[in-house]
Amino acid sequence: MALVINKGAAASLKEVSGRSLWADARIRFFKNKAAVASLIVLVLIGLFAAFGQHFAAWSNEEINWAVIGSVETLGRPSFESGHFFGADPLGRDLYARTVQGTRVSLMVGLIGAGVAVLVGTLYGATAGYFGGRIDDIMMRIVDILIAVPYMFVLSVVLVMFGQSLVMLFIGIGLISWLEMARIVRAQTLSIKNKEFVEAAQATGVSTPRIILRHIVPNLLGVVAVYATLLVPNMIIFESFVSFLGLGVQEPSTSWGALIAEGADQMLYGTLWQLGYPLFFFVITLFSFFFIGDGLRDALDPKDR
Amino acid sequence: MSLLRVEDLSVTFDVRGRGDWPWTPARKLQAVRALSFEVAEGETLGVVGESGSGKSTLARAIVGTVPATGGKILWDGSDLAALGPAQRRKHRKSVQMIFQDPLAALNPRMTVGEIIAEPLRTHHPDTAKPDMRRKVGEMMERVGLLPNLVNRYPHEFSGGQCQRIGIARALILGPKLVLCDEPVSALDVSVQAQVVNLLQALKRDMGLSLIFIAHDLSVVKHISDRIAVMYLGTLLEIGAADQVCRAPRHPYTKALISAVPVPDPAVEKARRPAVLEGELPSPMAPPSGCVFRTRCPVALARCADQIPALRWMDGAHAHACPVVAAEAQHPA
Amino acid sequence: MLLDVTDLFVSFKTNDGQVGAVNGLSFQIDAEETLAIVGESGSGKSQTAFAIMGLLARNGRAEGSVRFAGQEILGLDQAALNRVRARQIAMIFQDPMTSLNPFMRISDQMEEVLILHKGLDKRAARAEAVRLLDAVRIPDARARITMYPHEFSGGMRQRVMIAMALLCQPKLLIADEPTTALDVTVQAQIMDLFADIRRDFGTAVILITHDLGVVAGFCDRTLVMYAGQVMEADATDSLFASPAHPYTKGLLSAVPRLDRDTETLATIPGDPPDMSRLPAGCPFSPRCAWAEARCTARRPPLERVARGGRRACHVAPEGLV
Repeated sequence: MALVINKGAAASLKEVSGRSLWADARIRFFKNKAAVASLIVLVLIGLFAAFGQHFAAWSNEEINWAVIGSVETLGRPSFESGHFFGADPLGRDLYARTVQGTRVSLMVGLIGAGVAVLVGTLYGATAGYFGGRIDDIMMRIVDILIAVPYMFVLSVVLVMFGQSLVMLFIGIGLISWLEMARIVRAQTLSIKNKEFVEAAQATGVSTPRIILRHIVPNLLGVVAVYATLLVPNMIIFESFVSFLGLGVQEPSTSWGALIAEGADQMLYGTLWQLGYPLFFFVITLFSFFFIGDGLRDALDPKDR
Repeated sequence: MSLLRVEDLSVTFDVRGRGDWPWTPARKLQAVRALSFEVAEGETLGVVGESGSGKSTLARAIVGTVPATGGKILWDGSDLAALGPAQRRKHRKSVQMIFQDPLAALNPRMTVGEIIAEPLRTHHPDTAKPDMRRKVGEMMERVGLLPNLVNRYPHEFSGGQCQRIGIARALILGPKLVLCDEPVSALDVSVQAQVVNLLQALKRDMGLSLIFIAHDLSVVKHISDRIAVMYLGTLLEIGAADQVCRAPRHPYTKALISAVPVPDPAVEKARRPAVLEGELPSPMAPPSGCVFRTRCPVALARCADQIPALRWMDGAHAHACPVVAAEAQHPA
Repeated sequence: MLLDVTDLFVSFKTNDGQVGAVNGLSFQIDAEETLAIVGESGSGKSQTAFAIMGLLARNGRAEGSVRFAGQEILGLDQAALNRVRARQIAMIFQDPMTSLNPFMRISDQMEEVLILHKGLDKRAARAEAVRLLDAVRIPDARARITMYPHEFSGGMRQRVMIAMALLCQPKLLIADEPTTALDVTVQAQIMDLFADIRRDFGTAVILITHDLGVVAGFCDRTLVMYAGQVMEADATDSLFASPAHPYTKGLLSAVPRLDRDTETLATIPGDPPDMSRLPAGCPFSPRCAWAEARCTARRPPLERVARGGRRACHVAPEGLV
């Protein structure tokens, strides 16, 4: 009894849409309350970074001469003076500075993670797919670069080529892709042995297309999770660099620089100078961590 | 002229131990040893063997995903190794493969339509979109799938349906030879029969040759014209399917057939299977001479001396046991 | 009567709600008898065994009655269950590699059972373990017992599993697909071993499998399951010779036989059942060639057949031609 298809009836059936694995993952992700809340928080912070300065009473460079010298008393956060978050030691508006710092830190985090994803994924997938000598050489390069103490290198680079935002991005970009390359390579090794990759090889699909169409899409789960957890790492890294004084230079600022200043001034009782930037820093990091966790649970390998 | 002819084909892998230094020479695993056979147009050759027999490696060497380390593969008379890369790609259209795990053989991130269309897109990239959709739809109908499911993803199908998708993908370019690597082992019995019947029907309609690899001798006998028996990478017996099953010559084939249970209590009670003693030797340290001699009930001392050659009893049936051949000539 | 299972229901709590794996199973097995439970994927045969042994996953729930030697064992607490398991009922699983602890030597694993259940000291336990490894024909048992599982081949590991199961001389052995992962020549060795064990130890055996050939050669009675329910149960000889249920008939004609030539295999159309979406009536009705209106509406009861077995089908046996 073979399976009989009524050709006429079959042709008239409308095409059913499929439910991809991404759709399944999205449904699972949105069931995770912490992840969804974090997503909302991040969106709000993003809006803050993008549009916050429209609400500022002061620009981020303007010095309020009235409060200089007695910032502890006159520079407190208040709505009347226009300093919603208070004033910094030099009398500048902390709210405007925080908006600017948020912008810089988020950019650093996202660009650093972006470079890691792009460069690291392609590098790792290629090394993993080809295996053998190529893999050995490519991975040994990564191993050597990881072993180099990056803080030292970054400091040297920044000192030699000047401390600018561009230099900072270059420096961060140089190291952020390494760990991602390793992770992607490991995943590629396990995907490469799956039968559908073999089927593509047997069909005669070209190697670049196998890597891009078959291997990379099946890596994206791991890459997404790791990238989400990479952003906070990049932000922390930049903050540390700025904290040391090597990061963004005045008048530009970042969370790290703001926190450094605020910590410096703690003894004078101007706790808001530490508090506000620190608050944004912490909730952003937590949000990324929760989202990363949520993504990992949603993309669990037991996809069925 | 035979479609596919394999001469002294060998496939050897380098195996590195975990703790080896980089300069220690790797150990060799001979998965396929000097195998020779032919497949004619329109015929189904069944290849049976147990674990370590090398039958899967053989399939991959013929399809080309694993390189042959010795011997020749001749397609329509010409040596595959002599082909340039462009010709090699063209050759891929003629030889395709179906895999054991139906779901794992499909990219979970591609729709069924994309999976089946991929061979078309690879070899005929200029095909217009509507033509491609039409061909994919036709192929889906041919293997018993409703064409309106073309946008579904593999995990939304059952095992039997996934295997049909794999078959559609393998056949869309109209190959001449299809290698089936345990295509029904992972399926339920009721679904196995559907897929086996489908393969037979498609083979007839499209004039295919099949190399059907499996460990289940009953299924292999049902679908094959001829059967080849492999053990530790060596061909031990080859002949017409019912000849090999009803009148096996090689001691291993005899033991294999005797071990296959028949779903009939009356038959089972009446026979006593000849239980094979001993364990399968490691493929990395095979016995010298005849690879089967360590478990063979009729092995003699001289079986360790040299690898026995394949002896043809008549034009169609051959086996590699000198002891049995000697007995046939001089019956005791 | 050694084991009496009545109206066993096993269900699992999943993201899609409560899904049934076993939907009302009843059977009995006497001492020294061999029973085969045959089914395909989704039939619930493995979950039946897990339910009997109290090994269900955390989101699983078993209801009904399982009486072993008169004592109700379903729902017993772990301590009481541990007195029954291994001592009275032992289980062998499909994949010997995952059922043996890869970090412990075989000797330790076997002696652990003996020390725990029979109170033997180390020396006596070792002697008994070696004796059993000999009984399952592991060559050179005394030397090999101190090896790790990965040093054994698949067939030998399965024998070690069998030996471990027999350590306390259980009255009942449940074997879940014991030979599915093995080569056919090794399968023949293991089934031969089962026959010897049955003769020498007098253990009753429940063999869970999808391989009808193995069943035909070993089991006195056969029970055919589909979608968690019994379709037919009878003496193996009668069941194979004249199957009285459409599913059994379908299965037997779909299996190719080495001793027969068939042009085309008779198939059962359709796919294995989706356990979360079963029809109200007979679960096999969507695929049945003889299905009538009442088949999809009402579930057929399990009834006795004239010659002694039981079947669950609305259509009379004479009507299945």
